[in-house]
Amino acid sequence: MDAKRIYLDHAATTPAHPDVVKAMQPYFSDIYGNPSSIHSFGQEAKAALESAREKVVVLINARPDEIVFTSGGTESDNFALTGIVYANEKKGDHIITSKIEHHAVTECADFLAKRGFNVTYLPVDKYGMVDPMDVKKAITDKTVLVSIMHANNEIGTIEPLADIIKIVKEKGVFFHTDAVQTFGHLPIDVNKIKADLLSLSGHKFYGPKGVGALYIRKGTRIVPFLRGGAQESNRRASTENVPGIVGMGAACMIAQAEMATAALRETALRDKLIRGIMEKIPEVTLNGHPTARLPNNVNIAIKYVEGESILLNLDMMGIAASSGSACTSGSLDPSHVLLAIGVPHALAHGSLRMTLGRQTTVSDIDRTIEVLPPIVEKLRAMSPLKKGGK
Amino acid sequence: MAGPYSEKVMDHFMHPRNVGELPDANGIGQVGNPVCGDIMKMYIKVKDNIITDVKFQTFGCGAAIATSSMATELIKGKTLEEALKLTNKAVAEALDGLPKVKMHCSVLAEEAVQAAIDDYLKKTTGKGLPGFKPHEEPLEEHEH
Ligand code: FES
Repeated sequence: MDAKRIYLDHAATTPAHPDVVKAMQPYFSDIYGNPSSIHSFGQEAKAALESAREKVVVLINARPDEIVFTSGGTESDNFALTGIVYANEKKGDHIITSKIEHHAVTECADFLAKRGFNVTYLPVDKYGMVDPMDVKKAITDKTVLVSIMHANNEIGTIEPLADIIKIVKEKGVFFHTDAVQTFGHLPIDVNKIKADLLSLSGHKFYGPKGVGALYIRKGTRIVPFLRGGAQESNRRASTENVPGIVGMGAACMIAQAEMATAALRETALRDKLIRGIMEKIPEVTLNGHPTARLPNNVNIAIKYVEGESILLNLDMMGIAASSGSACTSGSLDPSHVLLAIGVPHALAHGSLRMTLGRQTTVSDIDRTIEVLPPIVEKLRAMSPLKKGGK
Repeated sequence: MAGPYSEKVMDHFMHPRNVGELPDANGIGQVGNPVCGDIMKMYIKVKDNIITDVKFQTFGCGAAIATSSMATELIKGKTLEEALKLTNKAVAEALDGLPKVKMHCSVLAEEAVQAAIDDYLKKTTGKGLPGFKPHEEPLEEHEH
């Protein structure tokens, strides 16, 4: 086996940047005060917290008092959905979202649906795009919230947010977006697109795990997610995760400086990988949009083979990827995203996601293009779906 | 790698025994896993009530491939009666166990063996395996 392992699963998580780790270090045992304390220990921590907040807002053109730190993307999504609908119960009981949202949104919407709210799950086209006209048609005078992700974590498709939000805001409805895959990777301006709420997560852009944030436009009424303290302007009780928040702030600084060049570089690698696979392996298709796509996302459907067996084989060769297959996750249904874009069951099982990152090199891509075809060939040879095994 | 599978599972997965088609098979069974949609096809050659050769093809996860491979080893050279006694648990045990969420995959192996024997009996005696009811194949059409 090759000594160097190749990590192509950056959509799952990214390594914390060394500067992030360095920035966090003092906040474990040197500057350990509780930001709510009035003494100097607390105030030092408080200053660090506020400085991190200012770094987060730069990336989305928000104001510091519009950021609530959370434990990550899942909490931010849950907070946005439940917080808005419960704060607006008198106004209405209808939520609109899409069929390809992260489970942090869909399962939260399911939960609310069981409690009497009405939820519309909008379909998407074969590329995974939500049609802004569908949003328009779905909005009623009872609609309180529309939640559509910025870009999909599995297939990488970037949604036409500006167009969707324009419609939503004309109707005076709140708009939330799960930007976990795009924050720190693509430019976002909440004032330009006019989002009211936006979820982000530290570990998806080289920050630490266990920390994220929810942007909440000033003036938006929201029910707190955690109760029991005045932290985060009474919107999220619990002593703040100071080291994590400081680390995420540092990651924002790095993202700000490197985002543009990283996106260009990763897009080139992405397209090289897609092209290489398409050329070398027959009967594969690209899942997701060819161009309106995350710079680092490759997701391909490989006929006649099942995802987990590809992943295990790749892992034996030192390449880490992920799949749309149920068999890997412990849940048995194939990805709801792939099914929503119309990928047949068997093909959804044979889907492979490779997500690149800052450390991915051209030779990593070359190696992947070299290693994958024989694996597919070997698995196809034993597949009963492939006639003649060729 | 210390993945979810035992060394034995990984060995059978990476180097499956008896893979492929068997041109002179006189019993062929195909079963689909209703839980996950995976598919297993088993070919047997029976002579004088003994399974003299066996091959398989599987579209499925690591556990599905490893259990098919193990099942072929366990029934090769056995009488039909012996082969019919093969349970999914026995296959899993022979592989030093499977993760809990993967036990359903081993059911596929047990049923593929039964389906192949059922097919053989139908062809030779006109009557299939008494009481054999394989799971339906998944509803979705697989494009070929
Ligand atoms: S046989 Fe489908 S998950 Fe194992």
